[in-house]
Parts: sequence; C-alpha cells; structure tokens
Amino acid sequence: MTDMTVSGASVAMPRTKSLLQLDERTRRRNASEARFRMIGFLAVLIGVFALVFLLGSILSNGLSSFRQTYISLDIFLDPARLDKAGTRDPAELAKITTFSYAPLIEKALADAMAAKGVSGDGVSVKAAAELISKEAPADLRRYVLAHPQAIGTKVNFDLLASGRIDGYYKGRVTMESAELDRNISPAQLQLADKLKAAGILGTHFNWGFFTAPDASDTRPEASGLGVAILGSAYMMIIVLVLSLPLGVASSIYLEEFAPQNRLTDLIEVNIANLAAVPSVVFGILGLAAFINFAGLPQSAPVVGGLVLTLMTLPTIIIATRAALKSVPPSIRDAALGVGASKMQAIFHHVLPLAMPGILTGTIIGLARALGETAPLLLIGMVAFVRDYPAGPPEGFFDPASALPVQVYNWTQRGDPAFIERASGAIIVLLVFLILMNLSAIILRRRYERRW
Amino acid sequence: MNSISSMNTTTTTTKASPMTETKISARSVQVYYGEKHALRDVSIEIRPRSVTAFIGPSGCGKSTFLRCLNRMNDTIDSCRVEGSILIDGENIYDPKVDPVQLRAKVGMVFQKPNPFPKSIYENVAYGPRIHGLARKKSELDDIVASSLQKAGLWNEVKDRLNESGTGLSGGQQQRLCIARAVAVSPEIILMDEPCSALDPIATAKVEELIHELRTNFTIVIVTHSMQQAARVSQRTAMFHLGLLVEENDTDKMFTNPDDQRTQDYIMGRFG
Repeated sequence: MTDMTVSGASVAMPRTKSLLQLDERTRRRNASEARFRMIGFLAVLIGVFALVFLLGSILSNGLSSFRQTYISLDIFLDPARLDKAGTRDPAELAKITTFSYAPLIEKALADAMAAKGVSGDGVSVKAAAELISKEAPADLRRYVLAHPQAIGTKVNFDLLASGRIDGYYKGRVTMESAELDRNISPAQLQLADKLKAAGILGTHFNWGFFTAPDASDTRPEASGLGVAILGSAYMMIIVLVLSLPLGVASSIYLEEFAPQNRLTDLIEVNIANLAAVPSVVFGILGLAAFINFAGLPQSAPVVGGLVLTLMTLPTIIIATRAALKSVPPSIRDAALGVGASKMQAIFHHVLPLAMPGILTGTIIGLARALGETAPLLLIGMVAFVRDYPAGPPEGFFDPASALPVQVYNWTQRGDPAFIERASGAIIVLLVFLILMNLSAIILRRRYERRW
Repeated sequence: MNSISSMNTTTTTTKASPMTETKISARSVQVYYGEKHALRDVSIEIRPRSVTAFIGPSGCGKSTFLRCLNRMNDTIDSCRVEGSILIDGENIYDPKVDPVQLRAKVGMVFQKPNPFPKSIYENVAYGPRIHGLARKKSELDDIVASSLQKAGLWNEVKDRLNESGTGLSGGQQQRLCIARAVAVSPEIILMDEPCSALDPIATAKVEELIHELRTNFTIVIVTHSMQQAARVSQRTAMFHLGLLVEENDTDKMFTNPDDQRTQDYIMGRFG
C-alpha cells in the first residue's frame, strides 16, 4: 500500500524537495480557488448593487410623499352659508354641499393675504384659491358635520395645497413646465412663494398618506393608503386565522399519522406542485370558486383573504413538515417510552420543538401573501375605493383595496404626482415586510432550543 | 384491578413450571422489516427481578427483540411481528392490548441519553403526570424525588431541579432518563446499550444503578460490551444473524458456553 503511493507519486508528479517551494499542482489548485472566490464575491457584489440601486430609486422617488405642502388658514364658518335655519340639525347640515364651502376658503385666503400684506400681483382671488386642493372644501365639510357646534366660530385649518404647488416644492413642477400647464401658471407659483415667505404656506409630515383613502386623478395630493392598509390588514387576519391551523393540522397528519401509500404520495406531490403554481392562477380559482360559485362580493377582503390562504397553505405545510422532520426521533422515542400516546408525544414534545420553524414559515408565507398583487386584480380589488370598510367581521365583506394593488393602481395614473405616491406606498409595503421578516427572525432566536 | 388479575396469571404460570419464575415469555417470535426477516423463531423466558443481558454482533437482532418487548417497533411502518410475547402470562400482541398502557408497565432507556429539552423536574414528572399517578403537587414532588433517588441522581441535582435536563453531563442525562423511566413505576425496564455513549466512570455509575434496580425491577439490557454483560447480568442471551443462539446463566456463558458460536464471539473471533 505505502510502496504503491510512493512509486505512483514519484512517477506522475515529482515533488519538490522543500516545503517552502510550491509545486505546479498546488499552484494550480490555489489559483482555481482564488478564481472561484473572486466569482463568488462578484456575484454578491452585483446583488448588493442591484439592491442598493432599487432601494435608492424607491427612496429618492417615494420619501417625499411622507411630506406634504399645506396652506394654513383661519376660516370663519359662516352660519349664513352653512346653517341658514340656525338649528344645527345634522340632517339639514348634510344638505349643504361642498360648493357652499369653497367661498369660505376663498374669503379666508383673501383675508390672510390682506392681513400679511401679500399682494396678488394680477392673480385673481379665484386663481389664488386654485393653489388650494379641490379636496379642501370636502375636508372642511367633513369637519363641520363632525363638529356642528363649531359653526359661527373661526377655526384654524391646514388645507392641502394643490398637487402642482406640492410638486413645485418637491422639484416636480418648474416655472418652465408651468408655462405649458393648463392647471397652473408661473404667476400662481410666484404667489405660492410669497405665501410661503409670509408663513401661510408650509410643508410638514403627511399623516393623511397613511389614513386617507384613494383620491381621483385630479387630486393626487389627497390620496392616501388608509383603505389599502386596512384591506391588507383584514386579508392578513383572514390568511393567518385560516392557513395556520389548517396548514399545521394537515402537516401533522401527513407527517405523523398518515400511512405511507400511493394516496399520500400523490397528496405530497400535489402540495409541492401547488406551491409552484403562479399566483394569477389562484386569482382565477378565486374568481370562479368564491365569487361566481359561492357568490361572495367582489373587491372584498374576505375573497382576497381566501385566495391568499390557498396560496399560502402549501408554503406553510412545507415549512411545518420540514420543522416536524427536523425534531430528532429520539424525542419521540423518549415520550413514547414513558407511555405517552402518539398524540401526547406530538403535542407535548414535537410541536413545541418545531414551533420556531412553523412560525418562521408562517410569517414568510404571510409576507409573500402581503406583497401578492396578481390574484387580487382578478377578484376586483383593483377597484377605486373611497369608503373605509367597516370594522371586522362585517368589514371583511366591504370593498377594500390592498397595498400592492394600490401601488399598481397609482402607477397607472396620468399625473406624475402619483408616481411619487406609488413609491411612497412601496416604502410602506417594504417596511411592513421587513417588520414581518424581523419578527420571524426574533421568534426563531427566542424559541430556538438545542437538544 | 389489573395488577390482581396479572398476579393470578403469574401464579398459574409459576405452578405450570415450578422450577423457575417467568416474567416475560417469548414464543417463536418472528420479526420482518418489509421483506427482511430480522428475527427468526426466538423463544426465551426472562426471570423477574433479575438482569438479563442480550449480546451479539451488530445487526444480529438483539435491539429489535428488545423493542418488541414494549412494542416500540409499532412506530416503524414496515415492521411486522409474529408469534407471541407474554408478560405475566398476557400476550402483549393481543389486539386488545393498548401499547400506551403496555409502555407504562415496560419502561425503556435508550442508547443515546434523550432527556426532553425541559427542566429536570419536568423530565421526571412528565410520565406520572400523563398517567395520572399524582393527584396533588406534593405527591408529584415525592415521585420526582424518589425516582431521582432511585436513579442515584438526587444529590447531584436536588438544588437545580428547574434547570434544563439537557444541561447535565452525558452520564447524568442517562441517569435522568432512568429516573424518568422509573417514575411511572414500571415492572420491567428495557435498556438499549445504555452506556455506549458514556465514559467509563459514568458507565460504572450506571452499572451500579442497574445492580440496585434489580431488587425491584426486571431488567433487560442490550450491550456490546461482554465485560458489562458479565458484570451486571444473571442471565445472558446470545443473538446471531436473527437467531437466538444460546441463553444461559451468565457465569456459565462466559466460562463454558454450550454453543460454538458463543464461544467464538466471546473469544473475539467475530463480531
């Protein structure tokens, strides 16, 4: 044995005498290792670059949506216009439309300009009022309906500036582009600058982006994610409540109880296949099964939640089965050895040990469902929804939007202000996803045990 | 109730064979793993309150036979057992027998120490709890304490019962597993190479423990170490290629075996 290796080696590859001198073979092996490391490092670098570029472009486009330009005015809620009868009767107040509110805002703006000594310079009061969003009278009306006792007093409001003015301060609108724009003139922009200098116009954090519903094409400044966040939250609740117990129960059955035969083999293969089915297909299934057959309402979180549950189930089942499999059989033996039933062995010992894996799989599955768009388009969740869904459980059947669908929706709009909104919505979505993945990591760390 | 009837059957079997008492009686046991015939026609009588050692080369079926005695083989789908094994005169492979109840009577200690990843207290208390052996917390405390005492572990762990069982040393873990088995007060304890993962000092402690447990329990131990078999057991059974080659008093087995194959194995000619 020893003789053979010595003679074989000396014939094929004469070794150099000194260890300090590398022979040809070692040099080649080292070179190939260095090459491989280089390729790997480059691959990682490309990935990191792509990620940085992606995040950079989204952040640079979207961060500005968290700030918004407002015009701060003291508005006199004139009883002569809002409540001619003077009864403060809600039914009567509700009959007053936004047309009656617009003059109040115009007047307040004119008063403010006069008080601060801002001259219109050829910009009429009507044109000056165009600096304020068309959504402002509606906001004002909502406030009055909620607080009827405020009629007759002067109330300070932060009114949304119009999308063009907001865009001017975010660099989207310039004097040159305003020349060609039907909706805004350079004179109006100059007036805005004067208002800003006078402290009437200003920029601050945009809470409305998180609470307001979607808005029409002409009012990008008023659009928000309120309905989308609510809809996504409702769907996640449905997905979690349905898919976790169903997934875990079926995994336990398949892994621990089911006999090994053709049928279970077929089921296993199909679960793996189901996990690979494109999500659009689940949308078609949802449309056919839940809306057309079961008669559930369109655009409702309940249908979206059911479709996403079907989509998430295979992920959870696969993760749970892997987690159950990774529990060493010695733990099962130990439990059975002291006379535990199979059920007791699983629920007292195997399942707690598999829990971190199950939870991680579930949260990753939920995160995937949260970002899913295609199936929701097919079940009508792309609809323009301005009304908040009611509280659960009735709200599950009300029309709602969803975060990724809102992103898709906004990118389809004409006004460039919606591109900013879409990027902002992506940031919100990413923050939710990062939080979910983070909680998966924390859960895993906390409950991970050695055995 | 159950114990009375089983005592009766014990006395009848004793009457039938007045020479020796029998705790476990296997009659032409055949075990198959799928197509593989793992145990061929094994018949053996095991005496109560004594230590019986199973020896033989790897893959000879001794562990398989041990796992037949508390039906742990049920967990393996492809495994099929034929013949009958009587404990106190009752066939444990009778369809009416629930393996869960059987395993409370026939405890087991495994090759690798496998405490639950829970506290020392919980490890021992788990068995009594699921079998409803204690009505009050104080009764459970007593069972845990006495089991740990029987396993010779009490003095080492009495101050840290709430620490994890997996934090103990290998030898302590194995004695914890013995305490866990003892806690459900079984009549028989099966040990599958209990010392193979332990160092010599821990092994000596476990062997000493087996010696003490013999006064209360019927012990069946599988071992690869012939010295261990000679030290701890009164009876020894030699398995080879799925056959029970010889079963004899340990003293006779290691000095003057009846079978040539036993002779060869003990002399180290194979295995």
